[in-house]
Amino acid sequence: MLSIQALGGLGGLGTNPIEYLTHETGIWALRLLCLTLLMTPLRRMTGWSWPMRLRRMLGLFAFFYACLHLSIWIGLDLFFDWALIWDDVLNRPYITLGFTAWLLLLPLAVTSTDAMMRRLKRRWVQLHRLVYPAAILAVLHLWWLTRADYREPMLYGVILAVLLGWRVIQRWPWKAWSGSARRLG
Amino acid sequence: MLIRVPSRYTPRPSEITPPEVYRDRRRFLQMGLAAGLGLSVGALHGPARSSTTRPLAFTAGPFGTDEPLTPRQDVTTYNNFYELGTGKSDPSRNAERLVTEPWTVTVDGHCLNPGRYPLEDFLKPHALEERIYRMRCVEGWSMVIPWVGFELNRIIEQAEPTRRAKYVAFTTILDPANLPGQRLRVLDWPYVEGLRLDEAMHPLTILAVGLYGETLPNQNGAPLRLVVPWKYGFKSIKSIVHIRFTEQEPPTSWNKATPREYGFYSNVNPDVAHPRWSQRTERRIGDLRRRPTLMFNGYAEEVGHLYAGMDLRKFF
Repeated sequence: MLSIQALGGLGGLGTNPIEYLTHETGIWALRLLCLTLLMTPLRRMTGWSWPMRLRRMLGLFAFFYACLHLSIWIGLDLFFDWALIWDDVLNRPYITLGFTAWLLLLPLAVTSTDAMMRRLKRRWVQLHRLVYPAAILAVLHLWWLTRADYREPMLYGVILAVLLGWRVIQRWPWKAWSGSARRLG
Repeated sequence: MLIRVPSRYTPRPSEITPPEVYRDRRRFLQMGLAAGLGLSVGALHGPARSSTTRPLAFTAGPFGTDEPLTPRQDVTTYNNFYELGTGKSDPSRNAERLVTEPWTVTVDGHCLNPGRYPLEDFLKPHALEERIYRMRCVEGWSMVIPWVGFELNRIIEQAEPTRRAKYVAFTTILDPANLPGQRLRVLDWPYVEGLRLDEAMHPLTILAVGLYGETLPNQNGAPLRLVVPWKYGFKSIKSIVHIRFTEQEPPTSWNKATPREYGFYSNVNPDVAHPRWSQRTERRIGDLRRRPTLMFNGYAEEVGHLYAGMDLRKFF
């Protein structure tokens, strides 16, 4: 029998467990992405070194949750109905955005090893700036799928604006003039 | 004039499970599950049923389906009723914030017999029937719900709309002091909905006062709500205080909020995609796999003629 009602009830996943799992894994991917983006400012402002050691792990966790999110949608929600999946990716803007965000994170996860970092050198830093558009697309993805109550996407929009805004301010010309410009990760 | 032709969906009275039986089955399952886990049912399922629901007297009605009913627990805890909060479990958690007594229903607009009725007087003339309908939400999930109510056309016949009446407009209670969602500006309150007069007269269209044999829990739109089973769920407006006959197409809440996404008609239609959701498939609550969505939610035989010659892509 194809009923997962009992299972859902037992796991506290509510009446629509697949919708619940999809939303939770997506939100956790976004939360972890924001945490990843917090590590560099935290290091700069406090001088602590541990945030930089955590950054890669947090980034990989974010990607892991993004993969879970995508797999639940493909495997559980649409049950590998590729025609339907393709139609959604191309024609539902919020899915196009979410899928693009995942695509942008993919090369970052692949090149996250020390060996790749050494091999790519300067280009590694350039490549990993893709995390910024990925995070922006992730927030837009959440914004666009929201029906009427925008408090949740707005919260993440504000958090991301602060995290990216800090970076813009760090790079502002006056910083260069005052001689305090620093490399940003 | 209405002639009731039993369709292939009409269940025999013997097919309808009496409410005591399905309630007992539910309780039995819950007890078994709780005993097996050493847990209390309350801890497992959160808030129990509202204590304010009362048993209703009714007979079995037409248009039934032999599909399994969605458990009462799901019907009453997974709701879109933004007046009580925008999360699916908010309405059942905040249910007591909806004050349903006293309740007055106003009928006016282009009709010969307008009136303002205390709820009891409004309901008194109408014998109640159980209607087991599919309910398809625009978000892509669906349920099968045993409603208790009566055909809206009985109210319309009593009100005697004039020739100028072309539409029926409905309004939900406005009570921001009590309803937490009405203090958020997520929609333009109060919630309003509308039907073309012939849609409103259709025997499938009911005013419901109960589900699963008892009065409506607040989160399901107590004490009086519309049920239009061939349209997306948001058309079935909850907690109605005002019914008005109009000449012009009345404004509807979701259409006002995002006109590109929600049309006035909002008939269930697998061929017309919502800009955000493909409407080809749906998940019946409790099922793992999606199922194909049916034209007019499976009621094409009954209501298809209402839209003959209309371009349903334009009038979505």
